[in-house]
Amino acid sequence: MRGSGRVSRRRVFRATAVTVAVTALTLSACSAEEDEAGSERPATIELPDLSGESLEVSAVWTGAERDNFLRVLDEFEARTGASVSFVPSGDNVSQFVGTKIEGGSPPDIVMVPQPGVLQEFAEQGWIAPVGDLVQEQLDANYTQGWQDIAARDGVQYGVYVKAANKSLVWYSDTAFEYAGVSVPEDWDAFVDTSWTLWESGTTPLSVAGGDGWTLTDWFENIYLSQSGPEMYDRLIAHDIPWTDPSVTDALTALAQVFGEERLLVGGASGALQTDFPTSVTQTFTDLETPAAGMVFEADFVGAVITDSTDAVIGEDARVFPFPAVGGGDAPVVSAGDAAVAVAPDGEASEAQQALLAFLASTDAAWIWAEPGGYVSPNRSLDLDAYPNETQRGIAEALIAAGDDFRFDLSDQTPADFGGTTGQGMWQGLQNFLRDPSDVQGAQEYLESQAADAYGG
Amino acid sequence: MASGKAVIRARPWAVACFLLPALLLLGALVVYPIAYSVWRSLFDASGDGFVGLDNFTQLFTDDSIRHALRNNLIWIVVAPTVATGLGLIFAVLTERIRWATAFKLIIFMPMAISMLAAGIIFRLVYEQDPDRGLANAVLTTVHDAFSGDSSWPDAEPRPDGPITAQEDGSFLLETPVSAGQPVLLPLVAVPQPELEGAAVAAAPSGDPAAVTGTVWMDFTRGGGTPDTIDPEEKALAGITVEAVRDGEVVADATTGDDGTFTLPAEADGAQLRLAADSFTAPYNGAEWLGPNLVTPAIIGSYVWMWAGFAMVLIAAGLAGVPRETLEAARVDGANEWQVFRRITVPLLAPLLAVVMVTLMINVLKIFDLVYVIPPSSSQGDANVLALQLYLESFGTGGDQGVGSAIAVLLLLLVLPVMFFNLRRLRRENQR
Repeated sequence: MRGSGRVSRRRVFRATAVTVAVTALTLSACSAEEDEAGSERPATIELPDLSGESLEVSAVWTGAERDNFLRVLDEFEARTGASVSFVPSGDNVSQFVGTKIEGGSPPDIVMVPQPGVLQEFAEQGWIAPVGDLVQEQLDANYTQGWQDIAARDGVQYGVYVKAANKSLVWYSDTAFEYAGVSVPEDWDAFVDTSWTLWESGTTPLSVAGGDGWTLTDWFENIYLSQSGPEMYDRLIAHDIPWTDPSVTDALTALAQVFGEERLLVGGASGALQTDFPTSVTQTFTDLETPAAGMVFEADFVGAVITDSTDAVIGEDARVFPFPAVGGGDAPVVSAGDAAVAVAPDGEASEAQQALLAFLASTDAAWIWAEPGGYVSPNRSLDLDAYPNETQRGIAEALIAAGDDFRFDLSDQTPADFGGTTGQGMWQGLQNFLRDPSDVQGAQEYLESQAADAYGG
Repeated sequence: MASGKAVIRARPWAVACFLLPALLLLGALVVYPIAYSVWRSLFDASGDGFVGLDNFTQLFTDDSIRHALRNNLIWIVVAPTVATGLGLIFAVLTERIRWATAFKLIIFMPMAISMLAAGIIFRLVYEQDPDRGLANAVLTTVHDAFSGDSSWPDAEPRPDGPITAQEDGSFLLETPVSAGQPVLLPLVAVPQPELEGAAVAAAPSGDPAAVTGTVWMDFTRGGGTPDTIDPEEKALAGITVEAVRDGEVVADATTGDDGTFTLPAEADGAQLRLAADSFTAPYNGAEWLGPNLVTPAIIGSYVWMWAGFAMVLIAAGLAGVPRETLEAARVDGANEWQVFRRITVPLLAPLLAVVMVTLMINVLKIFDLVYVIPPSSSQGDANVLALQLYLESFGTGGDQGVGSAIAVLLLLLVLPVMFFNLRRLRRENQR
């Protein structure tokens, strides 16, 4: 039994690593074998018997992301006897949950992508605090920082089950090799590397300026590294205005690359029409002579590379951490999804608590991590769980940052400012990309938008 | 008429019974939503606090809403006019040709596509990259037919090197050259695919009676040594090298396959300039979805869809134009243009007005195309009221109070047009 378990585990690895976009058929086969293999590791969590209970889980995930999550739910079903169904929530989670509650049939567990939304839910009384079983898992597996962003006024409401490391630069190995450059250590080296790539005939940077959120991530990484976590937190709270000199410094640094048409694929105007998936594919589609040398974004770039290009992560497509700017530490900006129990009457059921606890456990994280494309904030998770070196490195950087990581800035500001097309940070930074010489104008725009959003 | 009134007076409840279903439906589906929108527009985002007309004040102070209003005006003036005009032209022209039905079918075909699909099609058509976007592919092909493309469009001098880029696109070596002293003119940033056919660069001969030099791509796998011709580095052939003294070209030469050139001794003491025509960046087409062109571009896609609609209606009207009148005019010696201008158009005028007004109502609530076509960076520039309504009500941080106020404003804008249409209809019935 044990021996065969090992063999089947290897098969699972191969099956999932080779094709991430697995069909549902192979997936169910995988998870069936997974159950046998799972018995190899001692269970780290005791779950109650929930036969006859049914739960509904909602998240924004689709495609491979959703399939990977379903494996975790299957394991939960196998261990407890409960039946769990998955309902996609669409992009606007807050609206989705709101209408569902009004309609009287809310999902039991919801994954919320922004801390602000979690706060809003807690304030509305839509979600219930976690119980002892969950807290036990949290204390064992999560740093205080990861717990705190899912709490309100000292009450723990959720569990961060999935993290994203947003401080990564993906690069084409061919382009770097041809240009004879290596991974840059800091921002100045990064700018130099870009110029060398340009000299070699490869446009260095692919920027998805069409999607405002990628530009906010550029800014956040530079700001966090250059001005430090305290200033970062103050900027989130709008304690300091956007006209602050620290913002000037960050935008000036950003202008070192954004201000050079030659460094961006298609120049600034081309970048402004590039959406995020295109920014990735144009970097990794042509493996001989790539259209761009580097593309900056979170670990989920890996999913786009596997889905839409022939590039092999770790060979053709490699990754390095976002460089430190201005003598600061290298930034770790993260994002993630928190699981919360929806309970408009204030009390979460045993089944809801059990699922939350399971999602917070190392067992769940392990199953989730195996196929790739997932990073867990769970510090107890053995890095061996990740399928390849690249994924392991991304996770390691995130865990190593301890509580020095910072959650995505734009996700923590009011949605009007940090998450809406055509206004706030998105529009402000797009304006800046269109005219990077006008740092002051960009700051004034951002400040006026922030004043509106925070003032209201 | 009189008998109708008699029925109402005699059996009012029977009349009410017959009217009830229709009234209920109308009330629930039309009157109630309108009334509720008006009511909702007087409240704040949460729907609890009464704010009076504040939401409407915001309509006229908020920049993005004002911008949307302005775009709506452009739409309402341009789109129906162009669509009707094209429809008229197609209708009149197809009347005469043999394959009229087939032609009309093709023009009408886009109507069968949903707005959303049309939006996605045109997003691709307007794509910036000429290899993907049809509009720019056409533009660049036409452009390139009239001006030849340059051989090394991407080549540039190193930013801090001895050669400087001039405003006219040429590259200048500031230090004067002298005969017998070989000149190195390194350029960089030529992509690998463009270098494929190029020969390996050779060192200049150093002939003492002439100015010799080499122009080459000063970069090879792994980097190479800057400003030195490394073994693998490729030559840049076909570049005109001009010797310039006091602004006058005293001599010129073209680089050979190995990148070398030889200028006569007159060039001694002159500055060397690499002529701009080898380096002009290729014409990349128009920035269709940039801030300036995005609204006209979307209107273009709308016209593509709706010109067929206008054409079919006008063609039907055209069939009803009395032939005798046209024949009489022709017999009287009117040419085709005069017949069109003085007879056909005036006879069709009422119909043209109907088509225009229908399109105007349609255009006022335009949403799908504007939502789908622009990339998010220029969505603000393409914004129209219906889109702003949606974003304001259901977008992140939505405020359905302001959304309702926009809806009320849209209703007010549609009313006069509707009124005009109804009055015309009534007049027609009385005739």
